[in-house]
Amino acid sequence: MTATTEATVTTDAALAVDGLWKIFGTRADGIIGTPDADLSRKDLQAKTGCVMAVKDVSFEVAPGEVFVVMGLSGSGKSTLVRLLTRLIEPTAGQVRINGEEVTSASEEKLREMRRHHVAMVFQHFGLLPHRKVIDNISYGLEVRGEGKVDRRARAQEMVDLVGLSGYEESYPDQLSGGMQQRVGLARALAVDPAVMMFDEPFSALDPLIRRDMQNEVIRLHEEVGKTMVFITHDLQEALKLGDRILIMRDGEIVQVGRPDEVVGAPADDYVRDFVSEVPRSHVLTLRWVMREPRDGESLDGPVMQADQVIKDVARDVLDAEHPIRVYDGEEFLGVVDDEDVLRVVVAEEEGPES
Amino acid sequence: MTVTGARPSTPPSTRAETPPPEPPPKRRLGLTLGIVVVGWIVGWAIWRGQATLEIGVAELTDVHRWLLELRDDFDAARNSNVVFLYVIDPVSSALDWVVTFLQELVSQAAFPRPVPEIGWLGVLAILTWVAYALAGLRSALLVAVSLLVFGFFGYWEESLDLLIITAVSVGICCLVGLPLGIWMARSKAATTAVTPVLDLMQTMPSFAYLTPLVLVFGIGPASAVVVTLIYALPPLARITAHGIRNVSPTTIEASRSMGATRRQVLRKVQLPMAKRTIVVGINQCTMAALSMATIAALIDGPGLGQPVMQALQSLDIGGAFVSGLAIVIMAIMLDRTTTAASERAETAARGGTGNARRRRQILAGSAVLVAVAVYFSRTYTDLAEFPASPDLGTPLADGVRSATEWVTSNIEPVTEALKDLVSYGLLNPLQALMADSPWWLMAAVLLAVSYLLGGWRPLVTTAVCLAVILGTGLWNESMKTLTTTVVATLLVMLIAVIIGVWMGRNRRADAFVRPFLDALQTIPPFVYLVPALALFGPTRFTAIVAAIAYATPIATKLIADGIRGVSPTSVEAARASGTTAWQMISKVQLPMARAAVVLASNQGLLFVLSMVVIGGLVGGGGLGFLVVTGFSQAEDFGKGLAAGIAITALGVMLDRITQHAAARTGRA
Repeated sequence: MTATTEATVTTDAALAVDGLWKIFGTRADGIIGTPDADLSRKDLQAKTGCVMAVKDVSFEVAPGEVFVVMGLSGSGKSTLVRLLTRLIEPTAGQVRINGEEVTSASEEKLREMRRHHVAMVFQHFGLLPHRKVIDNISYGLEVRGEGKVDRRARAQEMVDLVGLSGYEESYPDQLSGGMQQRVGLARALAVDPAVMMFDEPFSALDPLIRRDMQNEVIRLHEEVGKTMVFITHDLQEALKLGDRILIMRDGEIVQVGRPDEVVGAPADDYVRDFVSEVPRSHVLTLRWVMREPRDGESLDGPVMQADQVIKDVARDVLDAEHPIRVYDGEEFLGVVDDEDVLRVVVAEEEGPES
Repeated sequence: MTVTGARPSTPPSTRAETPPPEPPPKRRLGLTLGIVVVGWIVGWAIWRGQATLEIGVAELTDVHRWLLELRDDFDAARNSNVVFLYVIDPVSSALDWVVTFLQELVSQAAFPRPVPEIGWLGVLAILTWVAYALAGLRSALLVAVSLLVFGFFGYWEESLDLLIITAVSVGICCLVGLPLGIWMARSKAATTAVTPVLDLMQTMPSFAYLTPLVLVFGIGPASAVVVTLIYALPPLARITAHGIRNVSPTTIEASRSMGATRRQVLRKVQLPMAKRTIVVGINQCTMAALSMATIAALIDGPGLGQPVMQALQSLDIGGAFVSGLAIVIMAIMLDRTTTAASERAETAARGGTGNARRRRQILAGSAVLVAVAVYFSRTYTDLAEFPASPDLGTPLADGVRSATEWVTSNIEPVTEALKDLVSYGLLNPLQALMADSPWWLMAAVLLAVSYLLGGWRPLVTTAVCLAVILGTGLWNESMKTLTTTVVATLLVMLIAVIIGVWMGRNRRADAFVRPFLDALQTIPPFVYLVPALALFGPTRFTAIVAAIAYATPIATKLIADGIRGVSPTSVEAARASGTTAWQMISKVQLPMARAAVVLASNQGLLFVLSMVVIGGLVGGGGLGFLVVTGFSQAEDFGKGLAAGIAITALGVMLDRITQHAAARTGRA
């Protein structure tokens, strides 16, 4: 997004972020718009004592989309997600949720939005140890003033939804980490938010439980279809969950794109380095390996869609007598033969064609 | 979503998880307590005024007479009993000798001289030099100015006497407490054995063990030192043990792996690394010693406590103010100096403060000056006896007297209204309920409350303590003291929760308020009585006000720390759900900090109790008054001793109940 006029912010986006900045420090306001803003993070801190956490970030998330923000620690991703609901006040920029302005909202209005439109899941769960599971889940309903019977019923639904039936009366410290995070998930779902935000929700869990929970999020997304903003430092997690991925470094956007775009066409060496370990055939689609048919090449092969993942169709491609014809819907795009596929699967190729 | 291997929409398995734990039994604590209170009120309405065990002011029971005879027996045994002859007497004489020796050295006339061995100039020079050597230039200046102020206030001798009692006690504390702390840190068995004793020494209100000690040591400097010792030892031993235990196990392991013996580990690793903590322990020990040494005035301990006590008993606000101010200045002086010394210990441990050689030269040079000053102070009378003029004390006392008169006559409606509000709204109804109930009803209520709040173990303790109180024959007085304590504690908690929550939620508020609380905590409890007396006159309410001033700082700090300690993620999560400030406090922060709140009420209760009984000096009534008269009227000694025992029983009971309640809430 280059233009920053309001007209370009499409109103049907679930979440629209425009020119968002966060600089920590006493004289942070005076930096944006000056040449100082272009300094590297290190130089800026040396010069002004301020820390650039998030630098001119803009993006939009469509309703129902899973949008992953990925970066290493210190990249500003956790700050970014907190700016979206003003748990941290932005230095400059705009955030809209369902078309409603967050950044200029009054304290009152902001609280309303937090109560009804956004819910968040935290890395360290943030449960209330003095409340039972069921009361933790109904907390959001309680603070917005819903009656005891209603919120009990709604919380019970959520308990069943996340698979915690039987644990309603337990206290958080009686549960394992994975189950505690299920409580966190249920608490966020209970208020029926338009947007759910996840701040590295599974980083504190061990790998097996983490995989379980990722599948759980996928399942819940299929069932309830919420818009999700998901923060992670784990590329595998990002590729697995994200419809689109935003990669951050030092507070700035490095690349935004679908998983196959990020792997297939890294924006720079930083991203390239990042994705170098990813098994490409698991992410790339036929679109990334197809080519124009050569003169005299047979066009009698089977038809496949361009967005199919190579790994899933590799066997069929290799078994086919003729090169595969790749279509996007009804439109013919190109062909793929054994060698094109093998080059990816064997991962002997240096860079992607783009 | 790139759906790779999404599982079918079945509820997720919880295969690896344990089955749901048994839901804990529902605790309807509030309801049960309510039933107890209703039953209590009904019982009170039926049996009011019966079996209250009230006794007249001059009335003595058999127990009191027996205790009085006990003193005679002790006095008789002093010259014949083995324990007295070979244990108590030598200790007592040695302490007396040390104190007298120091007094003749610096504060009292050393016969045949009409003045002490070293005059005021010499003492000033020596103490300033010591402060400079231990804590640096700023502390030296502070010490010099403070000493001069004591002199100009007209309390030179009393101040030095107080310093002597404090110093002797702290010295003995170090001799006993440091090894004790080291031993506790190195042996689990020692900790198990010593901790309950230290607990008792700390929970017992200071007033309570004055009388039994008089029984053994008589009155005078020796028992003043022993009393102070008992009060000041626990913090030093505990903090020392804590400091040594907290030395990183990795460092010890590393040292062991290089073949160090346990002794070497202690001397070369643990003690140096715990040095700063130990000096903090000495600071705490010194402050405790100072506050107890002032109270020891009641058993004829020399020092600044004497003029305060006399002024308080004759309701002379001006005199009490000046001597009280001198105590406060001494507290500040000792606190700053020992704190500076501990900071210096830290920098020294990190490689010194730079030019050690130059420092040594300055110290040596100034030592010569000190010697000269000492010589002059022995030679010239003017330098030996502190000059009577300029006299700051008398005008200051007069000023305070007239100011107090002006204030009381002008704001009396306000103070009276406040007094009446608490007296009629809280104190009188509660006292009617507690002191006019039959003793068996009251005992049943207390037992029920202790069981509901703490469980079986405090129930047993409560039963024993109540039996002891019954045995002292002072049931009714004890219930009156308990009433005052409960009322004051309620007010303390009200204030502490409000300020503590504010401080816990707001860093700036914390930075602003905390220094005031720290300053209030260094003031010995005795001194709090002075302004309270000035404002409210000699009543029960005065004791309550002093108790609130004394107990609020510690309770507030504990609550503020508890609120601050609430997991930031939980607070953020609640904020993200749209929690208002009030909901945050009532649904998140206070419930999560409730262990701290209960602990604060435990500390608040104990502090209040010890102050409420000291309030006996200024019309507080109850057990404290009996302790005070026990010292002044020979025939009331038995009753005073019984009152001391009853105070101890009350203290132990309240402590056990709240401790167990705190442990319970901490677990849930």
